[in-house]
Amino acid sequence: MSIIADENTRLVVQGITGNEGSFHTRRCIQYGTQVVAGVTPGKGGTMFDDTIPVFNRVEEAVKETGANASLIFVPPAFAADAILEAADAGLALAVCITEGIPTLDMVAVLRYLEGKSTRLIGPNCPGIISPPARCKIGIMPGDIHHPGSIGVVSRSGTLTYEAVAQLTELGLGQSTCIGIGGDPTPGTDFIPVLRLFEKDPDTEAVVLIGEIGGSMEQEAAEVIKNEMTKPVVAFVVGATAPPGRRMGHAGAIISGASGTAKAKLEALQAAGATIAPSPAEIGLTLREVLKGRG
Amino acid sequence: MKIHEYQAKALMAEFGIPVPRGGLATAPAQARARAQELGGKVVLKAQVYAGGRGKAGGIRVANSPEEAENLAGQMLGTRLVTHQTGPEGVPLSKLLVEEALDIHKELYLSILVDGCRRMPVMMASEAGGVDIEEVARISPERIVRSYIDPVIGFQPFMARRLAYGMNLPGELVRPATQLMANLYKLFMAKDCSLAEINPLVITVDGRLLALDAKLNFDDSGLFRHPEIRELRDTEQEEPLEVEASNQNVSYIKLDGDVGCMVNGAGLAMATMDIVKLYGAEPANFLDVGGGANEQQVAAALKIILNDPKVKRVLINIFGGILRCDVAARGIVAAAMETQVKVPMVVRMRGTNVDEGRQILAESGMNIILASDLRDAAQKVAAARI
Repeated sequence: MSIIADENTRLVVQGITGNEGSFHTRRCIQYGTQVVAGVTPGKGGTMFDDTIPVFNRVEEAVKETGANASLIFVPPAFAADAILEAADAGLALAVCITEGIPTLDMVAVLRYLEGKSTRLIGPNCPGIISPPARCKIGIMPGDIHHPGSIGVVSRSGTLTYEAVAQLTELGLGQSTCIGIGGDPTPGTDFIPVLRLFEKDPDTEAVVLIGEIGGSMEQEAAEVIKNEMTKPVVAFVVGATAPPGRRMGHAGAIISGASGTAKAKLEALQAAGATIAPSPAEIGLTLREVLKGRG
Repeated sequence: MKIHEYQAKALMAEFGIPVPRGGLATAPAQARARAQELGGKVVLKAQVYAGGRGKAGGIRVANSPEEAENLAGQMLGTRLVTHQTGPEGVPLSKLLVEEALDIHKELYLSILVDGCRRMPVMMASEAGGVDIEEVARISPERIVRSYIDPVIGFQPFMARRLAYGMNLPGELVRPATQLMANLYKLFMAKDCSLAEINPLVITVDGRLLALDAKLNFDDSGLFRHPEIRELRDTEQEEPLEVEASNQNVSYIKLDGDVGCMVNGAGLAMATMDIVKLYGAEPANFLDVGGGANEQQVAAALKIILNDPKVKRVLINIFGGILRCDVAARGIVAAAMETQVKVPMVVRMRGTNVDEGRQILAESGMNIILASDLRDAAQKVAAARI
C-alpha cells in the first residue's frame, strides 16, 4: 500500500495542452498512472493524444470522468486560480508543480482550503509517486524508483531524486515519495505526511529531507518525538548557505535563528531521528538503521 | 527584491504613513541645497543595500548646510563596509538628506508572512532601533504580534493589541492604528515580503514617524508590479549575480574556490555542503533550473568561470527534465569558449547519462568524471590547477 496516491487515483491534468503539461502527462501515463482527463479553458471538446478528453473546466471533467485528483501545470499568474478550481470541484488531491506563485496568492488559497476536503501538495514541487501502485503524479524520473517500504518526504526536487536513487541502489524500495515543495508556505508540510506514513502498514521507515529557512523541520521534530514509532532518517541542506540570501527556493532563506541547518538538525536529532552524515549517505544511513532494528 | 530607504519612504508616504521631510543627494552641492531647504541641521544617510550602516559611518549628522556639503563630499564615491557587506563593501553614490528630529522614543513595527500560520503577521515592540532578532532572543515578551486573517484583513482590534502592547500613550493609539492599517495596505498592494519600520519614532513634539524604512518584495509577485521592478539598483548588487539574473540562472556568490553548477536548489545546497564536508569551500550557489537548455547551461558555467576566485569546478547534474546530453553540450560549449584552465569534476546521473558522458569524452577536454556525489566531492577537493 501507499499513501495519498494509489491504484484508485484518477487523474485530471490542468494545463494538459501546454509544453510541460503534455510532456509530463505522457510520462505519467507511461509509468502507469490513470490519466482520465485534461483541462485547458478554450480547448474543451478536443482529445489529447487521441485518448484523453479535454474539458474547459475541472468541474466538467470530474462529472464526466470521475477524476479524483489533479496535477497542475499552469503559469504562476493563473496557478492560484487553478488550485481554487480544483478544490471547488471537490477533488481529494491537487498537486501543483508551478514555481513562482506569489506568496500572498498562496496565503488566500491556503485559507480557502481550510475545512475543504482537498489536499494540496506543492506548489513548486516535483509531486508524488507511489511505486507499488505504479502511480506517478509529478515530474520526477519514474525509473529511479522501485516498489518497497520506505517513505520519502522532502522540500527539494532533484535532491529527492538523489536520495531515492541511493535507496534503490541499496535495494531499498519506496512506498511513496513526496516532494512538498520549496515555497515558504506549502499546501502540505511534513507533519501530515509523517502521520500518514506512521499509519501506513506498508511503510517501514521514513526519510525526511529538509532545507534552511522557516521552522517546518522543528515542527516535524515534535511529531517525530511524540507520535512516530517508525525510524526516521533525516538530512537538512544549506549548512554552507549565508544568512539573508534566498538559495533558489523561495522558502530557503535563513532569516532567524530557527532557520539554520544546524538548529534544524539538532531539533530532529533530539526528537530521535537519525541524521545522515552527508547528502551522499542518506541511503547508507537508513540501511544501518534498519539493520540495527533487526 | 530589495529597494533603498528613500524609495521605501516614498512608497510609505504614498500610502499615508508619516515620514521625515527629506530628499536625495548624489553630489555634495546638492546635499547643501537640501540642507538649506530643510532648515540647516540634517541627517545624511547612505543609501546602500546593506544593514549596519550606522555603526559603519553611513549615517552622519550635519549642523549646517556647509557641514552637510563637507560630509557628503567625504561620503559620496566611497565604498561602505558594514558587517553585512564583506571587506569590499558596497558603492555609496546616493545620500538621503533628512530633517533632524528630536526623538522621544524609538519603537519597532513590521509585517511579514508567517510560514507556520500561513498568514501575514504584524509585529510591534517597545524596544525599537535595535536588531529585532536580539530583542526576540533576550526579551521575547517585549514583542507583540497580530496575525492577520486574509478573510477579514487588518482590523482595528489588531492595531489596539499592538499599540497598547508597546505602551503607546493614549493620544497616539489612533494615529498608530491608522499608520498600521496603511502599512498593511502597502504590504498587500505591492506583494511585499517584508515591510519594516525600525525605528518608528515618537518625537518630542508628540508625532509618530517612520524614521527608517525597509521594504523587501516577493520576487514571485514582481510580474504584476513593473513600477517596483524599476526601482532595482543593480549597482548595489554583485555584478556576477546581476548577469546571472539576466540569464534566468539562480546564482549567489560566496567566498570559496570551488565553483558549483547543479540542477535543482536542494541538490545545489547539498553539493555545497558536501564540498565543505570534504575540506573545500564552495565559491557559489548555482541552480541552472529544471527546464534549462544548452545555452542556459553554457551561460551558467561561464558565470562561474568568470569569478576570479574559482580554482576548480564541480558540476553535479541529476538528469530529469534537464537531460544529461543537453547539459554536456552546454558544458563543452562554455569550456571551449572560455578556454577553461581550471580542473572540472563532472558527476552526471539520470536521463540520457550515457550520451552525456560520451559528449564529454569526445570533446577532448580534461574532465574528471565522478561516479557519485561523494566521489565527486573527494575528487574536487583533491583537484589542483
